[in-house]
Amino acid sequence: MSEETAGGQGIPQPEGPTNIIETEYEIGQDNIQPKLGPFGLDIHNPVFVISGLTIVAFVILTLAFQNDVEPLFEDLRGWLTSNLAWFFLSAGNIFVIMCLVLIVTPLGSVRIGGKDAKPDYGYLGWFAMLFAAGMGIGLMFFGVSEPISHYNSALAGTTVENGVRTDWAPLGAAAGDSAEAQRLGMAATIFHWGLHPWAIYAVVALALAIFSYNKGLPLTMRSVCYPIFGDRVWGWTGHVIDTLAVFATLFGLATSLGIGATQAGAGLEFLFGLPNNNATMVFLILAITGVALVSVVAGLDAGVKRLSEINMLLAIALLSFVILAGPTVAIVSGFFTNLAAYAQYLPALSMPFGREDANFSQGWTAFYWAWWISWSPFVGMFIARVSRGRTVREFMICVLLIPSTVSVLWMTAFGGTAISQIVNDGYQAVAGAPLELKLFEMLAALPLTQITSFIGIVLVIVFFVTSSDSGSLVIDTITAGGKIDAPVSQRVFWATFEGLVAIALLLGGGLAALQAMAVSTGFPFTIVLLLACFAIIKGLMDEPR
Amino acid sequence: MYRRIMVPVDLAHIAGLDKALKTAAGLSKQYGVPVSYVGVAAAAPGAVAHNPAEFAAKLDAFAKDQAAAHGLSDASAAPYTSHDPSVDLDQTLLKAAEDTGADLIVMGSHIPGFPEHIFTSNAGYVASHAKVSVFVVR
Repeated sequence: MSEETAGGQGIPQPEGPTNIIETEYEIGQDNIQPKLGPFGLDIHNPVFVISGLTIVAFVILTLAFQNDVEPLFEDLRGWLTSNLAWFFLSAGNIFVIMCLVLIVTPLGSVRIGGKDAKPDYGYLGWFAMLFAAGMGIGLMFFGVSEPISHYNSALAGTTVENGVRTDWAPLGAAAGDSAEAQRLGMAATIFHWGLHPWAIYAVVALALAIFSYNKGLPLTMRSVCYPIFGDRVWGWTGHVIDTLAVFATLFGLATSLGIGATQAGAGLEFLFGLPNNNATMVFLILAITGVALVSVVAGLDAGVKRLSEINMLLAIALLSFVILAGPTVAIVSGFFTNLAAYAQYLPALSMPFGREDANFSQGWTAFYWAWWISWSPFVGMFIARVSRGRTVREFMICVLLIPSTVSVLWMTAFGGTAISQIVNDGYQAVAGAPLELKLFEMLAALPLTQITSFIGIVLVIVFFVTSSDSGSLVIDTITAGGKIDAPVSQRVFWATFEGLVAIALLLGGGLAALQAMAVSTGFPFTIVLLLACFAIIKGLMDEPR
Repeated sequence: MYRRIMVPVDLAHIAGLDKALKTAAGLSKQYGVPVSYVGVAAAAPGAVAHNPAEFAAKLDAFAKDQAAAHGLSDASAAPYTSHDPSVDLDQTLLKAAEDTGADLIVMGSHIPGFPEHIFTSNAGYVASHAKVSVFVVR
């Protein structure tokens, strides 16, 4: 798409009727424009300062009291995911059902941005951006390892000690039955990477898109809660929601960046024998942050979109290679077998109550749900920003159904190939390898290892860059009170800040602790998301269709 | 001498534009040429407008106000949307210059300081890259 909407001179085309919410709030009214040295800023008064200072305080506290803080945050996260597993699972189901219902009801015809709005991006660029921001990096690391984990635990069967199941197998396991263990293992993996995570993102993204592009509220998390809290969202209620969103996004990104550098470092050592030490990892973080900086300064179209497209092409190349070089027939038939297994086990896997597999449903599923939800302000806001001009139905098909299908294909190709190596070829290296090396061990058993592994590492790094640059844009927008035309120096600040936090935590320790903290924000955001479901329905009802 | 004057305006900061607007109006009357007021906004709600249509209407009203205030016979508005105005602004202004057929851009700018060594100012960029004459008003 061109930079401007079609039609001789920029906008003039009418965007069609929408239903603007009348509020006294003017976007940017709480913003201050301080001069920081020579740089002029345009920031939301409490949110920028509070979130910046809280993040610094948390980093210092974690560095100073590592040994005390880590168990504290881990316990908090553990407590939430085990005691409130029913809540996370129920919420996840509600999100999926709502998204599917929106596709088939007349509300699906509402167009984001007004009845006559034209899409800002073509399908390719749009899809590349939402996929790169949402999931990419996880698919690289868990694509091989998670199917193997579930397959192994299912094959091992259940273990009961003192009347409590101590195994991590999903549902009732499949002791000794390799074929059934594969089906169950793949179904469980796809369950964690399929409809549910994308429904979580879709809810946040749709709510933000409708309330910004159709209702005229600022593009920031608090707007989602407007139908519930009314004008109070412009006060402290909204400040808290926005600050929490910044907090979750920055810590989610920085801790993933730190942990990801550890893993990329291991990959480089495995492939090229580079020393895997702090210097390598700091260099990796600096390089990733550097490229992300270039990308945010180049902007949404010239930077973020272009990188996402490169990213997608590389991912397609790697996926095609694995399908062709791996057990091709088994992968193609496996795609349909796994889809059927997913459908078959979906009701049992998503059941929030009366689960016999507490370890799996709390330790895996609830943890994943909290994790996806803690990422949802970031991914949702980014998807919202690039989705103007699509109908709700189109949006749901492209944000929910197509990515879920791609996840099934990816998991089948990577996980299926690895399981086939273990089961059919007796190749045990991939089973015994540590998490970060499983992908490379799997590729090592296929031809052209050096090339494909190199593409694998490049993909890992580029996926980090595409998360980091879109994340910085999102944080910048939230801390500028929803303004997306804030000075460029601000997004440079956030991208740099994120890299520095990652380096501080990598060297000083505390990555795991703060990641646990970030995942814990999944709980308050689950409540926000449930409110958002209500807000979406209410908002769509009075839009022209 | 000139065919058309283009004036980039930031509707959120009109106060600082006063001198540039007066200059443009003076030149327009002196040479008897039309003025196009170009504004760039994001599609997302911003400080000026809630959506592109509202932004277009506001820019149009602004052009009419200018015409009335300075007694201009031909003043029009050319609104643009951009995906990422913080970055795309300069490019969009160059495109607007071509679209409108302007051969003189009158543009307000602040006094350059240290940041201009790293990020060029909008007027600085336009002056360096536009194919037509650029009058930077400080």
